[in-house]
Amino acid sequence: MNRVKRARLTEQIAKTVLGLMAVTVLVIAAAVLIYIVSKGYRAINWEFLTTRPVKLGREGGIGPAIGGTVWLVSLTALFTLPVGILAGVYLSEYAARNLLTRSIRLAITNMAGVPSIVYGLFGLAAFVMLANFKVSVLSGALTLTCMTLPVVITATEEALRQVPQDLRHASLALGSTKWRTVRKVVLPASMPGIVTGSILGLARAAGETAPILFTAAVFMSPQLPRSPLDRVMALPYHIYAEVTSVPNWSEDLIWGTALVLVAGISIVSVAAGVWRSIQRRKIRW
Amino acid sequence: MATRRATEVVVRALVFTCGWLAIVILAAIAIFLLTNGLRSIDEVGLGTMLTGTSWYPTSDNAQFGFLPLILGSVFVTGVALFVSVPVGIGAAVYLSEFAGRGFKEVAKSVVEFMAAVPSVVYGLIGVAVLIPWVRTTFQLDSGMTALTGGIVLGVMSIPTVLSISEDALHAVPESLRQGSMALGNTRWQTTYKVVVPAASSGIFAAVMLGLGRAIGETMAVLMLTGNAAVMPTSVFESVRTMTGTIAAEMGEVVRKGLHYSALFSVGLVLFAMTFVINLAADLVLERQRKRWRR
Repeated sequence: MNRVKRARLTEQIAKTVLGLMAVTVLVIAAAVLIYIVSKGYRAINWEFLTTRPVKLGREGGIGPAIGGTVWLVSLTALFTLPVGILAGVYLSEYAARNLLTRSIRLAITNMAGVPSIVYGLFGLAAFVMLANFKVSVLSGALTLTCMTLPVVITATEEALRQVPQDLRHASLALGSTKWRTVRKVVLPASMPGIVTGSILGLARAAGETAPILFTAAVFMSPQLPRSPLDRVMALPYHIYAEVTSVPNWSEDLIWGTALVLVAGISIVSVAAGVWRSIQRRKIRW
Repeated sequence: MATRRATEVVVRALVFTCGWLAIVILAAIAIFLLTNGLRSIDEVGLGTMLTGTSWYPTSDNAQFGFLPLILGSVFVTGVALFVSVPVGIGAAVYLSEFAGRGFKEVAKSVVEFMAAVPSVVYGLIGVAVLIPWVRTTFQLDSGMTALTGGIVLGVMSIPTVLSISEDALHAVPESLRQGSMALGNTRWQTTYKVVVPAASSGIFAAVMLGLGRAIGETMAVLMLTGNAAVMPTSVFESVRTMTGTIAAEMGEVVRKGLHYSALFSVGLVLFAMTFVINLAADLVLERQRKRWRR
């Protein structure tokens, strides 16, 4: 066999093996999706989504868990968005190119890699104990905020960087101050990127269990929290608690819960992505 | 005019505060872990904890040895890397060098979906599918083993390894590929002789970040590894990871007690490990970025 033929053969083999690996990933993902949907769809109906759990969750619905997750994520958004966006503005518009900025960037990428359970410990020590917010929506949301911040900051910075310098110069030349330029020109132009990136981060936060384990979650609660200082049920924690501590947990209902969680996260993420591409088409430089 | 200047000053202060917050939070995490773990470091000793081989936090003569937990994490993470590294890098090379545009687009959304599935749901799938499979295939008494947790964790870290490797491969300038092809190399020869070596530091960073993700993962391992806090000898045994220990025991401890404090020390060790791993990955990535900017 001459060299050219051998090279072609190796090429074919390599391509097939690598292709198989890529297909493996797709198959795993498809299997995960199909499995969740096929096991979970039977439980889904209006009653399941709105009523409270009965007999430790073996019967009844997951209304309070859905509501609790919505509470947690909304409060997290309330804290994360202003702070995260301003931090992104700082990095893109105000920060000098120096060691401090470099350390901030390093801190942000590092925050994204801190294990979620460590955030849980931090939340317990800082918000539950020291600030004395007790185990509550507030403590949980603050913990999730710390976790989601790096995502929002990075998304904002990237979106701001895509706004051409000309726009800033034009605004400044018209006599605007720096902040006015940011607020009236740069931020509106980069909104699609910021909003979508933030929503993706918040959707991820909705699925987190470890950070709320000892800061916000409660196993059973008949109703929604009346104030931010109440404990809540949450979808991911409900799955974990049922599987690990309720004997004879109902398969149908728990898979239904998993489906609601995954579907919620996916729908919000896809919608955000679609909205961004529509908005992007409107903005042309 | 004066009010506008005042706004500018106020806003500037606000923006700077938010900008520096990342450092403040990161430092606060370290400080809170340390101060809350101080009691155990004081009473038991960091060296004794790090080298202790038994974890009996609730017995009369309580033992706080981290080694079973650290080894548990190492076993599970080892299995996870065994799954995620070949598949993740292989798929990344295929997507970056061989795949057509349509396939690439589909794969990208699929990987995003995989990354968005919560870890507790992966844990649930593991409970339903993998635990019975491991038990019958390897004829064990229980399917809750380091292997079970590791496989699921491997699947969970594929998106990290894959997307960062692909970014690294994508960043290799097209001219390098063209040069290699012009010299008569096939696509595959170009890939393994030129592109992969050029992207090697980025791929290394991808593996490190996958490792960091796997060590820090909590819920899936907690649900799948059986949580026996003994020194593991094989992946077919039940293990308890550092993350699993914190999650399982923190709910039942006396606040501010010795056990509570020891769990914070476990958290501190975990934090230090992932910090070093992430820092290493970040420095490598930064170097690679500078290299291609020229």
